[in-house]
This record gives sequence, C-alpha cells and structure tokens, in this order.
Amino acid sequence: MLAEALLVARKDLRVERRAKIALGQVAPLALLILMVFAFALDANSSLLERGAGGLYWLAVLYGGTLLIQRSFDVETDDGNMDALRMSGIGSTSLFLGKASALFVQITVLELILGPGIVLLYNVRVVDWVLLFAAATAGTVAFSVCGVLWGVMSAGLRVRATLLPLLLVPVLAPVLLAGSRAFETALGVRTGAGWTWAGLMFVIAAVHTAVGLGAFGFLLEEG
Amino acid sequence: MTAAANSGAKMTATPITRVLGVSALAATALMAVLGLVVSPPDVIQGEAVRMLYIHVPSIWIAYGGFALTSISSILFLRRSRRRPDQGRHYDRLAGSAAEVGVVFTAITLITGMLWGKVTWGTYWQWDARLTTTVLLFVTYLGYLALRRLPAEPTVRSRRAAVMALISFINVPIVHYSVDWWRTLHQKASLSVGRRPEITGEMYWTLLYSMLAVTILATWLIIHRYRVIRLEELRDEEGLEALIASRLNKAVGSH
Repeated sequence: MLAEALLVARKDLRVERRAKIALGQVAPLALLILMVFAFALDANSSLLERGAGGLYWLAVLYGGTLLIQRSFDVETDDGNMDALRMSGIGSTSLFLGKASALFVQITVLELILGPGIVLLYNVRVVDWVLLFAAATAGTVAFSVCGVLWGVMSAGLRVRATLLPLLLVPVLAPVLLAGSRAFETALGVRTGAGWTWAGLMFVIAAVHTAVGLGAFGFLLEEG
Repeated sequence: MTAAANSGAKMTATPITRVLGVSALAATALMAVLGLVVSPPDVIQGEAVRMLYIHVPSIWIAYGGFALTSISSILFLRRSRRRPDQGRHYDRLAGSAAEVGVVFTAITLITGMLWGKVTWGTYWQWDARLTTTVLLFVTYLGYLALRRLPAEPTVRSRRAAVMALISFINVPIVHYSVDWWRTLHQKASLSVGRRPEITGEMYWTLLYSMLAVTILATWLIIHRYRVIRLEELRDEEGLEALIASRLNKAVGSH
C-alpha cells in the first residue's frame, strides 16, 4: 500500500516538476498577496506584525487552493482519473499518495512565504518548535482536506468556484488555530500556542480518518 | 402534457399533508400567541427574551434536518453501492432535509443577530457560537450547491452523500462551542442531561414552540421531497422527448 502511495506521489511531483506551476506561478502570486495585505493595511508595521500569522495562513490558503485545483485538473484531463481507477491502485494508496504530493508542494510554498512574512512584516520567531509543529499540522490538514474536496469537485464544469466554496468552511478552524499558534510562535501573543497547535493536529487526524474512509466512495463513479 | 402530470403526480399535496399543513399553521399561530402574549418578559432581558421561542427551535430543527440528511446519506451510500440505480429516495430525503436545515439555520442567525443587537448592543460578535454557526451554514450551502451541479445523477448524489457525512461533524462543534470556549453566547437553554436554564411558562412555551416548528419542518420536508421527485421526472421526460425528437428527425431525413 505504501509503495503504491509513493508511486502516486512521485507521479504527481514529477508532473509538477515538469510544469513548474507551484514554483513559477503559485508561489510568486502568494508572495504578491503578502504585499497586497501590507497595502491594504496601509503598511502599518505594528498591525502587520500582530496580524502576520493570520495573513500568512490566508496566503497559504489561497496558494494551496490553486495547488489542490491543479492536482485534480491533471487527473481529470484526458480521462486520467479513469486510468488511475483501472490501474488497480487501491483508494487508500491513491488518497495517501495524492495527499503526500500536496503536502510536499504546500510545504515548498510555506518555505517561501515564511521568510516573506519575516522580511515584509518585520517579525521575529521566538519559538521555532511551535512554529514548525503548527506549520506541519496545518499542512497535513490542508493536504488531506484538499484531496478529499478536490476529488469531490473533480471533473465538474464549475470546479473552479466550487472547490473554494467547499474547502474554506472546512479549513476555517485550521486557519484560526494556525493564526493563534503562529502569533505565540512569533511572540505577538503569549499563552495557548501549543493548545492551538494540538487542535490543528486533531483536525488533521480527523480529516485523515474521514478521507481514508470516504475516498473509496468518491472514486466509485457511476 | 408530461407523464408526471398524467400520472397524477402533479401535486405535492395529499389529504394527509393537507391536514399536516393546517396543523402546522394552527400550531405556529398558537406559538405566536404563547410567545408574544402568555409568556412573561424576562427579569433581565425584558421583551427581547421572546426571540427565544423562534431562535432555539430553529437551531434544533436545523440540527435535526442535518442529522436526517446524514442518516439518509448513509442509507443511500449503502444501497447505491449494491446497485447504482437504487436508493434514490434516500438521496431525495437527504436533499430536502438539508434545504430545510439551511433555512432554519438562516432563521437562527437572523434572530440571533437581532437578539444580539438588543442584549449585546451589536449585531455581530466574533464569538465561538456565532462563528461556528456561520461556518455550519456556509458548509451546508456548499452541500446544496454540490447537489445542484450539472453532473451524472449517481455521481453527484454519491459526492453529496459523502459531503453530508463530513459536514455533520460541525453540528456537535456548534452545539458544544458554548461549553468548549469562553463565549458571549449563553449556555444552551435546553440540553440533554442538564437542568433547563428556564422554568415555568417560559419553559413550557419553549417546549411547545419546538413541537410547533417540528410540525412545520416536517411538512416542508415532505413537500420539498415531492418537488425534487417531480423535478427528476421532468428531467427524465425532457431527455426522453429530446431523444424521441432526434430519432424522428433521423428517420425523416432518410
């Protein structure tokens, strides 16, 4: 099962490496969004510093949604999804493989956005372990939710608008918890950073369990 | 005239649902009298407390509607896995219960905002209960959007059923948000295993309001179910008529 999942993840990452959509288009766009936030807040440095965590996760949400969309567009073009279904790879392996590939891509996006908020919003990391834990939990949650809702909207004509509508309410608790955990990690707020990071791990675990159970139903078409 | 109309299915009402409809109307009228006249004003909140009799039953109906959607979705997935053409009635029931649930969630939000303006001095607070309720509302709007998409019916229904099951996770989060987080919103007025927060006429009026709104919601769900069935018949007949006209054209051109 893990070997099959790895195969699917490597396939997705190879497609991405050749197309260079994540690095060439999505990451620069997400960085631009960080700059636009600064314009919207009138480059108010104290406000940007306080809101850096939330703005970071909003940029990840925007970029991540584009990556999720892209991950399923390549499957639905030319009937690739049918080929995957007929390949004999189990639904669990497919789910884990797609989620792993998305995890890698969103991590790369976050590695670009992280220095972005440090430089643009003038923030300083005071708790690296918390920052790393919250980022990991958030990325897992984004990846598994992305696969689940991505396959839900795959192949539909209105998927470009449907996916954010389905995804954002589900990811809103992750955004909230991520923002609070980052505020603590960046020294903007004291207190319950680890509680929020723990909540993110719980959300990631619940959606992984639901995804593993439900993905098979979503793949059985018609 | 369509076959649906010919088969006598052109109406969504039957004698039983007419009785149910009249009962819902009478029960709602009595609820208004009890809530606005018989029930006394609150010592602290004054007349604003009357919002309770529509606000609390609305969210309970929403929870009930979403629970019915989830149960129907499970039954649909089980049936359709065996035979893809089976279990359509469960899918219709899931859709109609979700629609009614969304309407009552909207009523909860509107009445809550009006109540908040009177008691908190603002329509909106970024409070755990309010925020989670809005997320619940938007999640089920997404579910309804998914149900309306132009796609093969079985595929669409299956995706909607899975989404219904995932979306239901939000219901306990909304309900227990007042216990799990510090919120401006008061604790639940009625809750299983806990003494009610209100007593006397207020308590009985609230219980009666829940019964009245339940009758109304049942009537709405039945009618919505039948409307969905009629829409499906119309689509099937439209497709059959289109195929027939194409065949006639093809025969005529030879």
